[in-house]
Amino acid sequence: MRSFELTAPTTIDDALGSTGTFLAGGTTLVDLMKLDVLTPQRVQNINGLPLRGIDTSDGLRIGALERMSDVAANPGVYPAISRALLQSASQQLRNMASIGGNLMQRTRCGYFRDVDKPCNRRDPGSGCPAIEGANRMHAILGTSDACAATHASDLAVALVALDAEVKLVSTDGERTVKLADFYMQPGQTPEAEHDLREGELIGEVVVPKLDWATNSTYVKVRDRQSYEFALTSAAVALDVRGGVIADARVAAGGVATVPWKLGVVEDVLRGKPATQETFEAAAALAAEGAKPLSGNTFKVSLLKRTIVRALLETTEGMQL
Amino acid sequence: MDLSLEINGRTEELSVDPGVTLLDALREKLGVTGPKKGCDRGQCGACTVHVDGRPVLSCLTLAATVQEPVTTVEGLADGESLHPVQRAFLDQDALQCGFCTSGQVMSAVAAVEQDVDDVREFMSGNICRCSAYPNIVAAVEQARQAG
Repeated sequence: MRSFELTAPTTIDDALGSTGTFLAGGTTLVDLMKLDVLTPQRVQNINGLPLRGIDTSDGLRIGALERMSDVAANPGVYPAISRALLQSASQQLRNMASIGGNLMQRTRCGYFRDVDKPCNRRDPGSGCPAIEGANRMHAILGTSDACAATHASDLAVALVALDAEVKLVSTDGERTVKLADFYMQPGQTPEAEHDLREGELIGEVVVPKLDWATNSTYVKVRDRQSYEFALTSAAVALDVRGGVIADARVAAGGVATVPWKLGVVEDVLRGKPATQETFEAAAALAAEGAKPLSGNTFKVSLLKRTIVRALLETTEGMQL
Repeated sequence: MDLSLEINGRTEELSVDPGVTLLDALREKLGVTGPKKGCDRGQCGACTVHVDGRPVLSCLTLAATVQEPVTTVEGLADGESLHPVQRAFLDQDALQCGFCTSGQVMSAVAAVEQDVDDVREFMSGNICRCSAYPNIVAAVEQARQAG
């Protein structure tokens, strides 16, 4: 690891008033610094900042420095969120990783992580070997000819499904951005990943109150049963009344360059009977516009089946 | 940077560069070699220690950021008397080469303390190249029943 200066600001103003990469749990940053993918000259250990707390009294508010394991264990957290967290990484990593850091984690694309290889995301203009190379794990949605790396967060998929927002703090004040708008698809500038500006920090994640989101889930399909990134995943919440779907929230992961909100699937579900036939008809639209690569055409059908599985899970045991 | 770390109940003073991990500080500076350096990338779990009673990966933890007490496998036994989880690993023959074992034991202690529903899921962050998994799961179950 290259040498760097480490500071430990104790107030948000101190942290935002100076330069330096923010360190919370370190599970992405320290890893990528060892690989020379990230080489900050200054690192700010922000664990002393007052960005804690889990408030479930009106929707859900999560301080950015809360750890994944603590949020997952909170009984007031919507099931889609806690299940996404519990299927992420390992228990050791969940004890370390913060919620803000989870949302800011970098892609697991092998070319991004290998500084001996070109990568448009890490080294703009150098090229993307994944487009013609090892791309089985890569995205089929939201891609460009410059980058097809997936966004790796499970949590972000559940949050996007439930229309969560992030509160961004800066010395000029605060602004709130919908998480679905926070992430940027690669286009021709894959190095621009999100809408966090210089001098800003994620302060809090806010999930709007949605009573029926207690009926929600997260289904993750992967090569191993545990401790693996998603091939495909689906976060789903369903409001079923008298056998009819009154409302729905759906997003997908493992398939796109950003957490993938599926408004088109939600639209098809609304007002229809909560049957497998409806679920299959809605999921059929999930991969609209998909551009599979040589190694991941399987994700098109797997994505649809993952969504159907998640929808069936949310209606299990219901009198329909 | 000058640090003061509480390791297995003892306060240790040391001086490290900011980039030194807790794992390297333990092994190279303090001679605490129970935590092992397997992948050094947060993937194998051999470096697992407890910080403030919770399992973490010491290879991805910068020593200079640690505030709370650290427990390594060396801190589990009470004198000559093994921790119930260590005893269970011996009884169940839950290892072959033993390289991953200190990390396995640290996670297993947490699994017992938290009375987890799914031992295999909870232990998935500790890779055993010899594949002693059935016996590791049996050891966790034995330690849990021993209460």
